[in-house]
Amino acid sequence: MKISEVANWLGAEILTPDTDCEREVFTACGSDMMSDVLAYVKDQALLLTGLNNPQVIRTADRMDMICVVFVRGKRPEQPMLDMASNMGISVLATDKTMFHACGILYGAGLREYRG
Amino acid sequence: MAGGAIRFHYDVSGSEFSLAGTASADVKAQLKKMGVPSDAIRRAAIALYEGEINLVIHAGGGAIDVDMAPGVINMAITDEGPGIPDIDLAMSEGYSSASDEVRNLGFGAGMGLPNMKKYTDSFDIQSQVGKGTSITMSVRY
Ligand SMILES: Nc1ncnc2c1ncn2[C@@H]1O[C@H](COP(=O)(O)OP(=O)(O)O)[C@@H](O)[C@H]1O
Ligand SMILES: [Mg+2]
Repeated sequence: MKISEVANWLGAEILTPDTDCEREVFTACGSDMMSDVLAYVKDQALLLTGLNNPQVIRTADRMDMICVVFVRGKRPEQPMLDMASNMGISVLATDKTMFHACGILYGAGLREYRG
Repeated sequence: MAGGAIRFHYDVSGSEFSLAGTASADVKAQLKKMGVPSDAIRRAAIALYEGEINLVIHAGGGAIDVDMAPGVINMAITDEGPGIPDIDLAMSEGYSSASDEVRNLGFGAGMGLPNMKKYTDSFDIQSQVGKGTSITMSVRY
């Protein structure tokens, strides 16, 4: 699924229009604990989170993820968006809850990576 | 630059949580420029990032040194913080002394040190209470 399609499914706004949203993602995970993302997640392309601080973007970058979706109406500030753009990470924001957003993307075919 | 080792040094501030992770970001960018394989870059960057976070949340800051030799990334993370009284306990999955404040920032699951060991090819930790902690680790490719 393309990142732009993820945005459509979630009614999400693309906050980094300068990143390539035609890239495909096949796997996703949802968490507010960056520690868990770093420890348990393998080869996920997309991170859904309700946590809003710069470590979210750094965690995604260190894991080579290419898209972060902020749920529950969380909106990162511009410096965070600039950092994401520089790292080639597309950032989306949706008003939907974590559960709802994960459910929609699961229904649309995104899966967890199973190594 | 052929033959010579390439070194990077970073001072990590203990007071700015929002800046933690800038050193591992830079190392990642440098390794990419050098054409190191992406799997090795990822493992080194994650291990360094966990170490950087620990410097900020547990040690009041410290230093990171990275030394590149052909086929291996050597990393050292040192601090003069409080030290670790029981290293076996600190190394066990899920043990954390992190505050609720740190947890609210998304860290403190007690997986950092085990993660650093898991992602690297060699890992050694030395610590003395009241003196500080020193970690050396390497990723081969
Ligand atoms: N540099 C350090 N200085 C002092 N204590 C440390 C340091 N690094 C780790 N620790 C101790 O080891 C514990 C486990 O570390 P870690 O596995 O990274 O988990 P976390 O950072 O989530 O607590 C920490 O909670 C802390 O008590
Ligand atoms: Mg840690």
